[in-house]
Amino acid sequence: MSIEVCNLVRLAPGAQQRLLDDVSLKVPDGAFVALVGPSGAGKTTLLRAIAGLDNCNSGSVLLDDRPMTSVKDRAGRMGFVFQNYALFPHMTVARNIAFGLDVQPRAERPARAQIAKRVEELLELMQLQGMGGKHPAKLSGGQRQRVALARALATGPRVLLLDEPFGALDPIVRRSIRSWLRELHDTLGLTTILVTHDQEEALEVADRIVVMQSGRIVQDASPMDLDEQPATEFVMEFLGEAVSFAGEVRHGRMIPDDALVIPFVVPEGVTDGPVVAMIRPYEMAIQKPSSEQDVLSIYAAPRGTRNGYRHYTLQLGERIIPFYRPVDEADVQVQGVALDISRSRLFRQGLLCA
Amino acid sequence: MTRYVVWVASWLFILVVLVTPPALVLTEALKDGLVASLATLSDPDAQSAIWLTLRVSAVAVTLNTVFGILAAWVLVKFRFPGRQFLQILVELPLSISPVVSGLVWLLLFGAQGWFGPMLERWNIHIAFAVPGIILATLFVTLPYVVRTVMPVMEVQGRDAEEAAVLAGAGFWQVLWHVTLPGVRGALLSGVLLTTARALGEFGAVSVVSGHIPGETETMPLHIENLYNGYQSVAAFTMAALLALMAMSAVLLRSAPEWIARLQEKKA
Repeated sequence: MSIEVCNLVRLAPGAQQRLLDDVSLKVPDGAFVALVGPSGAGKTTLLRAIAGLDNCNSGSVLLDDRPMTSVKDRAGRMGFVFQNYALFPHMTVARNIAFGLDVQPRAERPARAQIAKRVEELLELMQLQGMGGKHPAKLSGGQRQRVALARALATGPRVLLLDEPFGALDPIVRRSIRSWLRELHDTLGLTTILVTHDQEEALEVADRIVVMQSGRIVQDASPMDLDEQPATEFVMEFLGEAVSFAGEVRHGRMIPDDALVIPFVVPEGVTDGPVVAMIRPYEMAIQKPSSEQDVLSIYAAPRGTRNGYRHYTLQLGERIIPFYRPVDEADVQVQGVALDISRSRLFRQGLLCA
Repeated sequence: MTRYVVWVASWLFILVVLVTPPALVLTEALKDGLVASLATLSDPDAQSAIWLTLRVSAVAVTLNTVFGILAAWVLVKFRFPGRQFLQILVELPLSISPVVSGLVWLLLFGAQGWFGPMLERWNIHIAFAVPGIILATLFVTLPYVVRTVMPVMEVQGRDAEEAAVLAGAGFWQVLWHVTLPGVRGALLSGVLLTTARALGEFGAVSVVSGHIPGETETMPLHIENLYNGYQSVAAFTMAALLALMAMSAVLLRSAPEWIARLQEKKA
């Protein structure tokens, strides 16, 4: 089921601040989209607007090209999982899951036996066999999360909306439930929108990442494009550690202000003028000295190993910057005469130079 | 040492202030023996007073429960202009003297009141009749359900309700299956407090009732009437009965805790 958001505007109640500032988004059928951004960027607000939980001042939400005017239009077609699960504490797990079916009008409601069968199916799908009779208070965080998912999926919706669903889980459970969720999305053929402030989680699980900042969508791209061509300095920084170097483009070459950084050729079309070069710590390299007389002015101090990279800190004049090399690199150049940042992306006034 | 002093002092205080009065009422009632005491209850005026009190309380409790739940829900779940004011207004009956609460109704529906003469023409009697007593009791007991339910609803939050709405539940289904079960303890507490207050209300009712024995006399009014007529056994028997009814309502408040404890023992 495809989702389309058109020019959504939502003002903060009583204030003129724009929580959503003319947001448009197209999510094709079967996509897994992650909404990321710092807190207060409007991710949750957008998700709630898509679900119809909050009224917007203008704009529309379309589901399979049909405009949705109220929550009622969406009932049963969208599953929503809340950050704190929002299970019904006085009901058993089975009753929680069956809720969406139990409240259907009598004419449409499946028979009791059918509902029970559906609940059993979902319990199995969520790896919660035998938990149907328990109350939510007796479950662990990960189990509650899966009950919330099962409840959201009970009516067989084609769309799944998740609001920071892993926020309260410990790191190990988080990782396993993440890949399991992606599997679930693929098996059931869902269209999923996930809100998270954890960019790694987003990169790992989603096909498309929508970066939000101050109520606007800054960039909407695949994880790869996002890494290669971040639209703004903010996106570059948000998606992972980045180091920036100020400088100036002259005759097709970027001349960094720092003399220890080697000038490099910029892509065609970048006009002369001041720029900011931003680069990931693992994309930099240290240049070897070419003769015995060269002064070794750069030295990287080892700071341990993480995620397949050796981490170093690099003293560059007054600055200390991070510097990573892959673990399997045979002999790492940790001393040298200058820093090579030719793989940088260039930004001018915060925007990527095209 | 200090601990024991405080302990003894608090028990003494409770004994003198809270336990002695009902005990004295009971002794006075049984002064001529149980038979004589019970006989006073078979008096037609006494019976009519008991029935009237039960009827008035039933109506007041029902209405205040239904509207109390809705008022609490609206006050907690929505932010709207005038919300603060409404919240203060709900507590008004707690701060106003019951006599004043009664007078208001006379002012509106009495023979010289704003609507009194008009209603009189259609032969509708409110002041000095049962509807007036119900109105006065409603007014006095209004805050209890709202005030006990509101804080619990506040804690409950909106998420579960929103989840229910997204699952396709309508307004009444959300209220019945999600909101109310979440506040049932507080709700029971509020209902029983309302009951206790409705049973015993004297001031407001006294003003609007007109004290017609056998017609508009509730139990508290009847007790006063009997006492002023030097029928002390009858007065204290009725008083003991009223106290018993109110106390059992208050005691029932802790019933959910007992039930929960029993269930835990079983599990």
